[in-house]
Amino acid sequence: MNREAIRAAVLAELSEVAPEAELDRLEPGAVLREVLDLDSIDFLRFVQRLAATTGVEVPESDYAQLSTLEGVVAYLASRS
Amino acid sequence: MSDFRMPSLGADMEAGTLVEWRVRPGDAVRRGDIVAVVDTDKAVIEVEIWEDGVVDALLVPAGQKVPVGTPLARLRPVGGTAPPPTADAAPRPAEKPAAAPRAVEAAVAIPAGPAPAPPPVAPTPVPVEAAPATRRVHATPLARRIAQSLGVDVAAVEGSGPGGVVTRADVERVVSPPRAAVAPASPAPPPAALRAARARQAMAAAMARSKREIPHYYLTTRIDLSRALGWLAVENTQRAVADRLLPAVLLLRAVALAAREVPEMNGFFVDGALQPAACVHLGVGVSLRQGGLVAPVLRNADTKNVTVLMRELGDLVARTRTGVLRSSELGDATLTVTNLGDQGAESVYGVIYPPQVALVGFGRIAEQPWAHEGFVGVRPAVVATLAADHRASDGHRGSRFLAALDRLLQAPEKL
Repeated sequence: MNREAIRAAVLAELSEVAPEAELDRLEPGAVLREVLDLDSIDFLRFVQRLAATTGVEVPESDYAQLSTLEGVVAYLASRS
Repeated sequence: MSDFRMPSLGADMEAGTLVEWRVRPGDAVRRGDIVAVVDTDKAVIEVEIWEDGVVDALLVPAGQKVPVGTPLARLRPVGGTAPPPTADAAPRPAEKPAAAPRAVEAAVAIPAGPAPAPPPVAPTPVPVEAAPATRRVHATPLARRIAQSLGVDVAAVEGSGPGGVVTRADVERVVSPPRAAVAPASPAPPPAALRAARARQAMAAAMARSKREIPHYYLTTRIDLSRALGWLAVENTQRAVADRLLPAVLLLRAVALAAREVPEMNGFFVDGALQPAACVHLGVGVSLRQGGLVAPVLRNADTKNVTVLMRELGDLVARTRTGVLRSSELGDATLTVTNLGDQGAESVYGVIYPPQVALVGFGRIAEQPWAHEGFVGVRPAVVATLAADHRASDGHRGSRFLAALDRLLQAPEKL
């Protein structure tokens, strides 16, 4: 997957986890858990959905690298 | 012959809107089948039926708001025959006229106003035929809510989402088709705000009743979570991401086991006496991003291991926030837990949901200075609080409960 495809996949999963969010206005560097108001259960669900669609299982120790949209895209791009 | 009534889906629910029928007259239903979808102002709930039978008549059309207890449908025993149409003065359903059935969904088409008043409840519900196609309409909960508040029948909207799911945009497109170069219309009052206001009113009623009737007492204790979190971190490296655990599930499991040890915290206060419950159904406070709080139920939480509970919790929270809950997941919690999560305050003193007798609160898990054997170190800890009904228990038993909770969390591998 190229970066654009990854980005689209990430946004699709975010919209599943936080359907009320206006994702087209999401800044690439905004902290996802804050701007989308995700709690730990939402975030785990996001990680689980990413694993299902991209095959990348993110260990808990790497969660810090997933704090922003651009962080998630870069993380997945380096592993797929 | 029996009635299927509008269920009470929470202590604060007074009425519900029948959003959709999933059955039609003549359908055989079995205990546990989902027969209707009800909107309680807080959530959209799939309502299950609790007996076997055959649907004789639907008494309330989709779109109508009726009080809890109102008969929604009449059920006859399996193998029973339909009653004669003139059994009594009450109107009976015409037995499936060959003519086109009346458009039940018309009732949904309440004009979009700032606050559409619910249609008045007919004293004698007039039986209605099911909509011609009671196929399941796939729509996001948000789309359903907006559709309903705008008076749009979601079944008639073409979905553009994955798998043809009707999305918010699809509904809005129906209401205001794209117009070229027209000044934007003044925005309609946001349905979410209206909904939040109603949910707030329902919550206000339940909480006011609680504070009026229940003499609360409060206890609090700080619990060292270094063992629990250490165990969890190792455990999670060995688990597939689908089975990963969160600290919240350890807390919930420990509460369920502690409730079994101290039964005065688990049950109901009814008719002036404590009625301890035989099983532990944990209500889990889930805050909604648009505002409000719902407490769906983890049933028999004392008999399920953490893996099962985690799956159920994830599913329950996801469906509370984004999907549809089932009626069996609301309504009969024996004890409620509120967990502020890792973005929350340090501690929470809860308001008991009547007729329950206690509410357990957890603040944010955070590193704390911790004195141990003459030395001060830093440990992750959580403040657990117990709000309990002084008519049902006292501080001594409450302390036993919190002590049990602490002890259980020090042996996470046994949870």
